[in-house]
Amino acid sequence: MSDYTLQSKSFYQALADSKLIGSRCQDCGYVAVPQRQICPRCHSDRKLVIEFSGRGKLAAFTVIYTPPSEMLAAGYNNKNPYCVGIVELVEGPRVNAQILGLDLSDPASIRIGTELVMTTVERGPEDARKKFLAFQPA
Amino acid sequence: MTEKKLSRNVAVVGVGMSKFGAFPDKTSRDLLVEAYQELKTSVDKGFDPREIEAFYMGNFSSDQFEWQAHLAPIAASWLGLSPIPTLRLEDACASSSVALRQASLAIASGLYDIVLVGGVEKMTDLPIAKVTDALASAADTQFEIPAGFTFPGFYAAMATAYMHEYQADPEAFKHVAIKNHQNGALNEKAQFNQTIASVMEGKKAKAAAKGLPVPTWQDELEFLSDPKGNPMIAWPMTLFDCSPVSDGGVLLLLVSEEIAKKFTDNPIYIVGSGQASDGALSERDSLCSVPAAEKAGKQAYAMAGLTPDDINFAEVHDCFTIAEIMASEDLGFFPRGEGWKAAMAGETARTGRHPINTSGGLKAKGHPVGASGAGQVVEVWKQLRGIAGERQLPGELKFGLTHNVGGTGQTCVVHIFEKRN
Repeated sequence: MSDYTLQSKSFYQALADSKLIGSRCQDCGYVAVPQRQICPRCHSDRKLVIEFSGRGKLAAFTVIYTPPSEMLAAGYNNKNPYCVGIVELVEGPRVNAQILGLDLSDPASIRIGTELVMTTVERGPEDARKKFLAFQPA
Repeated sequence: MTEKKLSRNVAVVGVGMSKFGAFPDKTSRDLLVEAYQELKTSVDKGFDPREIEAFYMGNFSSDQFEWQAHLAPIAASWLGLSPIPTLRLEDACASSSVALRQASLAIASGLYDIVLVGGVEKMTDLPIAKVTDALASAADTQFEIPAGFTFPGFYAAMATAYMHEYQADPEAFKHVAIKNHQNGALNEKAQFNQTIASVMEGKKAKAAAKGLPVPTWQDELEFLSDPKGNPMIAWPMTLFDCSPVSDGGVLLLLVSEEIAKKFTDNPIYIVGSGQASDGALSERDSLCSVPAAEKAGKQAYAMAGLTPDDINFAEVHDCFTIAEIMASEDLGFFPRGEGWKAAMAGETARTGRHPINTSGGLKAKGHPVGASGAGQVVEVWKQLRGIAGERQLPGELKFGLTHNVGGTGQTCVVHIFEKRN
């Protein structure tokens, strides 16, 4: 874990290694994702970088038919929509992620509470591929 | 909560707004000039522009939309107001309510007596994907947008959380859209100055004129349920759940209470003001409410010494239909989990117990983001003064409320206005 810091860019350095990191407050125990230098609950700055298990459940979601430029470039459109959601990690905090591996033909069939595991998805131009956070059904 | 009061009171004595819509021939400054011309005619006893001491302007992103930063002094110059101090305030879609609050505080401080406040946004010059990208910059571009979120997507996710938490019927969203278009049809300044029924009939007529099969929609609900008439944007939010991309400018003339009667016998007083902030949506305890809105509302009610039931009507931030339902609960008009039922039962219609968005709301009136909060005040002014025409609420009105949200609730501003007899 020593490779990763509390600086926000370190979140994506960890993701490049397929790891999901955050922070734990050494004073009040508050767990945050992404990692924080100052505790939003007790204001302590005694923080440790932690790695999450990558397990969680779906807390909210949508299926997007009108993507922004970066997702259009990744091949998504109204005929090929994608799912994005908020995942509640087993460690407590929630995180934003693309949700893979669901049947998007009937979004009403997607269930909040679905058990998920972390993965990553590569997007971006050929010479600058980057890993982004994703989850898929457990 | 300690009850906070302004050290002196502030009144609105004039308002002006451009038409909201898509105006390829107009720039931000033209929209503000249009608003200013109307404002001049709205001040009952007139005013001398040379008496205006400062200009507080809300604007989200003329930098991205028009490649024009530093817009406040330019706009002031176009309004003939140089060399007064000018400020541009940016808190996403709440920018002009933040400007209103800061202008009020400046008057309350004693520094100024007469301030011009408002907002402007000129959004329609860019292609739609670029508009989506520009709006996305109001979210967390490091940790929310890279996941694939868009603004319709955020509110759609809140809608799924809300539907799950309260077993809400998504048909409630359609009722919000239908009601706001009914109101917008009675507002000549609205971008969508027509009911959804008339949009539907227009589509049928167009198909017939082209010799295509004419859709068989029987009513608005059927039309809104058909992806051919109402395409999906971000499930469960459809096109008609979303406010439009808009151009528009709004200006308000704000003065200290002591001199308000010099301008009009019927000033509208600001009696409550609240503002709160929050982190990203994913960090919040609740995904099916806007905590900053509840906090801002409580501050405003406390300052005014009022409760939600004292409010005769409200203009709320319906950037998406789910947002209006959550707002109706965050502001205390309905208990948690009951807002969707109230929307379906017509309780937020002009004839209902808590009329919401008599102007048509952002949904039908339009959402030029940096002007939307000030635009809400224009409706409060019209309703309280009894000049809202066909959409005028019946009965004696005393208190109107505005609720303006930036982002998904990172900023929320609530104001309460009073007419005194």
